[in-house]
Amino acid sequence: MGDHHHGPAKGLSRWLFTTNHKDIGTMYLWFAFAMFLLGGFFAMVIRAELFQPGMQLVEPAFFNQMTTMHGLVMVFGAIMPSFVGLANWLIPMMIGAPDMALPRMNNWSFWILPPAFLLLASTLFMEGGAPAFGWTFYAPLSTTYAPPSVTFFIFCIHILGLSSIMGSINIIATVMNMRAPGMTYMKMPLFVWTWLITAFLLVAVMPVLAGAVTMMLMDVHFGTSFFSAAGGGDPVLFQHVFWFFGHPEVYIIILPAFGVVSQIIPAFSRKPLFGYDSMVYATASIAFLSFIVWAHHMYTVGIPVAGELFFMYATMLIAVPTGVKVFNWVTTMWRGALSFETPMLFSIGFLVLFTLGGFTGLMLSIAPADFQYHDSYFVVAHFHYVMVAGAVFSMTAAVYFWLPKWCGRMYNESMGKTHFWISFIGFNLTFFPQHFVGLAGMPRRIPDYALQFADFNMMSSIGAFIYGASQLLFLYNVIATIVAGKPVSDEKVWDGAEGLEWTVPTPAPYHTFEVPPRIDPAHAHS
Amino acid sequence: MCFEAKPLLKLALAPVLMLLSLSAAAAGGEPNQINMSPGATEVGRQIYDLHMIILWICVVIGIGVFGVMFYSIIYHRKSRGVTPATFHESTKVEILWTVVPFIILIGMAVPATSTLIDIYDNDDAELDVLVTGYQWKWKYEYLDENGENVSFFSNLRTPQSEIYNTADKGEHYLLEVDEPLVLPAGTKVRFLITANDVIHSWWVPELAVKKDAIPGFINETWTRTDQEGIYRGQCAELCGKDHGFMPIVVHVVSKEEYGQWLGEKQAAAAEIKELMAQTFTLDELMERGKAVYERNCLACHGASGEGGVGTAIAGSAIATGDLDGHLDVGINGVPGTAMQAFGAQLNDVDMAAVITYQRNAFGNNMGDAVQPIDVYNHKKG
Amino acid sequence: MLRISDNPALDTSAKLVVVAIAMFAFVFVVMVPLYDVLCDALGINGKTAGEAYTSVEAGVDESREVTIQFIATNNEGMPWEFRPQVTMMKVNPGAVNDTVFYARNPLPQAMVAQAIPSVSPARAAAYFHKTECFCFNQQPLEGLGDAQMPLQFIVDQDLPADIGTITLSYTIFDVTDMAAEALASR
Repeated sequence: MGDHHHGPAKGLSRWLFTTNHKDIGTMYLWFAFAMFLLGGFFAMVIRAELFQPGMQLVEPAFFNQMTTMHGLVMVFGAIMPSFVGLANWLIPMMIGAPDMALPRMNNWSFWILPPAFLLLASTLFMEGGAPAFGWTFYAPLSTTYAPPSVTFFIFCIHILGLSSIMGSINIIATVMNMRAPGMTYMKMPLFVWTWLITAFLLVAVMPVLAGAVTMMLMDVHFGTSFFSAAGGGDPVLFQHVFWFFGHPEVYIIILPAFGVVSQIIPAFSRKPLFGYDSMVYATASIAFLSFIVWAHHMYTVGIPVAGELFFMYATMLIAVPTGVKVFNWVTTMWRGALSFETPMLFSIGFLVLFTLGGFTGLMLSIAPADFQYHDSYFVVAHFHYVMVAGAVFSMTAAVYFWLPKWCGRMYNESMGKTHFWISFIGFNLTFFPQHFVGLAGMPRRIPDYALQFADFNMMSSIGAFIYGASQLLFLYNVIATIVAGKPVSDEKVWDGAEGLEWTVPTPAPYHTFEVPPRIDPAHAHS
Repeated sequence: MCFEAKPLLKLALAPVLMLLSLSAAAAGGEPNQINMSPGATEVGRQIYDLHMIILWICVVIGIGVFGVMFYSIIYHRKSRGVTPATFHESTKVEILWTVVPFIILIGMAVPATSTLIDIYDNDDAELDVLVTGYQWKWKYEYLDENGENVSFFSNLRTPQSEIYNTADKGEHYLLEVDEPLVLPAGTKVRFLITANDVIHSWWVPELAVKKDAIPGFINETWTRTDQEGIYRGQCAELCGKDHGFMPIVVHVVSKEEYGQWLGEKQAAAAEIKELMAQTFTLDELMERGKAVYERNCLACHGASGEGGVGTAIAGSAIATGDLDGHLDVGINGVPGTAMQAFGAQLNDVDMAAVITYQRNAFGNNMGDAVQPIDVYNHKKG
Repeated sequence: MLRISDNPALDTSAKLVVVAIAMFAFVFVVMVPLYDVLCDALGINGKTAGEAYTSVEAGVDESREVTIQFIATNNEGMPWEFRPQVTMMKVNPGAVNDTVFYARNPLPQAMVAQAIPSVSPARAAAYFHKTECFCFNQQPLEGLGDAQMPLQFIVDQDLPADIGTITLSYTIFDVTDMAAEALASR
């Protein structure tokens, strides 16, 4: 090692000033996990209140703050940063780059996040309370009728939007410019591909979100009327702008998850990914379609019938590329030599439950039927199947899969499997009955409900407590692994794992690929 | 409620049950209902059929996909000593599973399109009802050709004591209102939907109607049912604090009954006009005022005027002060607070009664009997 | 291809920054105006033109009658009495019709109101032409004052044949504060 090849600095300044992609990835992951626990705590408050009919623990106004904060923290604080963290750790290692293209910006894009969420959390203690208008913050509830804390909320959205944009620019710049010689686009691991497309989506739509909240800010403080009919504006315009961001956002969350399982399933099937090319094309088509389907979130606002039909057809189309992906994963498993370590269990859990979420998504795309589903618990069940069983399960799988590589120690396998089974059962107990109450007519975002929904809600709450508790087991397992896990020295860790990240020593050294690796042109993608 | 074993069992069998119970489509509103109800309308039936077709298609695809997956999980395990295959693409298969789903989708789109067009066919309605969403109640107005519109507010009737668990919950907990919407059976009813403050959404599952109520703009939708009965629904768009507490109740009655009801409503409106000219004794006003208070004020100001969300009325400066000031608060509300303007919601008789009640109950003892004419004059200025 | 920087990574980043800024601008310079255009064209939300209709009419279609319903709604916190003088009219397409809304300010202080029109069914909006409307301007009323507010409209002869009833709704908003700010800033 030359002189400039320092190891990490010591103490706090290592983390504050680091430009190392692994350090930054680690910080993102821990931050996301902390937010996951915070958002999970809010969810527990929600489910505890909904355990029985009647108001027991919190007031309706506070309940609305909980649902709002749960959504915001989970989407923007937990899921998105966790995948950015994963991207930071893995993308340079997967494409044979020494670091991210813009290491200093990388540091900033992380470090502006914690203050933003601290600010958001502090609104809970402000007069008038935290934002209580749902994570979708529809005007005029979020403008004319908003609590004073809305200004801080807008500021927070701006900061985290900025963070996401910087992070995405960095990822795109890295992937486009820093691939090792011979690492052509169609040789890149699918995780890199899905992130590249995700990053483009982020650069395209985070500014739209910023625009939406800027308009809110102007309406609230500067007397404009973008979203108020009184001054010639229109509250429905807000929904169009929001969902123009919001629908791609849904894929921003799920595409990296697709990437993760596309790495893990082949590893534990000991067989190359089936249909790599079609996976790439499917990802790109999903990303494209995500821009022309936004109004399917708004079937009941009174869109002209022609518009309604257009959005319905476009939405139904998404089932095609998504189906291709599911078929590819299943075919990857077909005639493989499967083994079921924790990452594989979570990936299979993802595959099954995400597919169920996809089915309900297809049902929701049918506009006439959506008149009954819309804003009911059926929708809540649907998007939790996609967000939790989709994004969170795959993220969990990723941690179990790459953690041994990162820290050179093996997690406790039986504890991991226990975590999976408790999560799986808890998750389904929580969300499966929500399909029923939704179809039976229970609206979402209500703090109290009619007696006919009582039994299923109680089950749902019990399931949520089980799922919540299982995450503490996960936390314990991860910490125990880092502190005292059984050392691993094998570079590959998993016998079926393929890719450049498995060619560096275990644990992955602070600096990798300072000399770019050579990729054999004959070698297929990993 | 105690936790019974039955629902647990039901959950365990849920996926199976969900499929089995499909034929026995529930009438809706039943405990532990697990599927959409076809409801009481033709459109509702169509939607239900669509829902079921898609559900079955998904079930079939699911069985296929998961069948293959579980076959692999069972037979292609490393522990059985299998050697993994190495294939990783097949253009034929990939084209096949792109094209086949596409064709299935077209098959779904056809009935969906026709149902959607039916939903949008608002013409030739025989009755028009204007539905206005308020934080947190609904107002219904029957539009009459001759301008004799009947209108009223529909508030949650469930008492706070049931919500806060100090009394047993009734059968229709949270799904009961003081004045339901009454509609004639066998009549195409057009709903014009708007809102007074934020966005609400008017949803009655059994009537297959859900439409957003948007402040400043008007939406329309319709229903028609031949089945008389009581249909219940709720606001479906988050609209603030009491979003969960603004139910919808629709009584569908025979045309004759409806005509009678409407006649009574119009007569009552005429009677109110007459009453406005009358003078009431303090006792009469107190009795009427108590009922009005319980319906409109109690939720915020408490059963004994002790306050809560709203300020206390017992001993308050307003209720024991100048009458004009008190009337002003009641009629025009207090801007920027939860105290709404009740001037349009309460008729002058009820307003006079409730103001009188507030000035003479809960230990307040002003002794004045406010008359409808006072309210009228105050409004007039 | 345009190069912004010699460092390829910086070049990519700079281009992406431009994209991000463009997307932010896109919201304001494309989405908002485009939405308004689409609303006018498709009658989304039943929006009608905010300006007087000034085209020459070609005769009245005596053979057809369309029912026009008038609805008045007060937005929250708007204490005015506000109602149509006539709640329903039968009109011939092409004919010029007049009606009046009544408004009264019950409060002692002067107020300014803005009425927002909305037509249902929404697709009728494009065929409902107002040649004169109190909704084109803000309407001030002295304390305790009242007014007859005129509306003149023409239903287009090209109104689709299956539309038999058009509902015109006005929601009246209190814009006293906005109007005062506008005055102050002038």
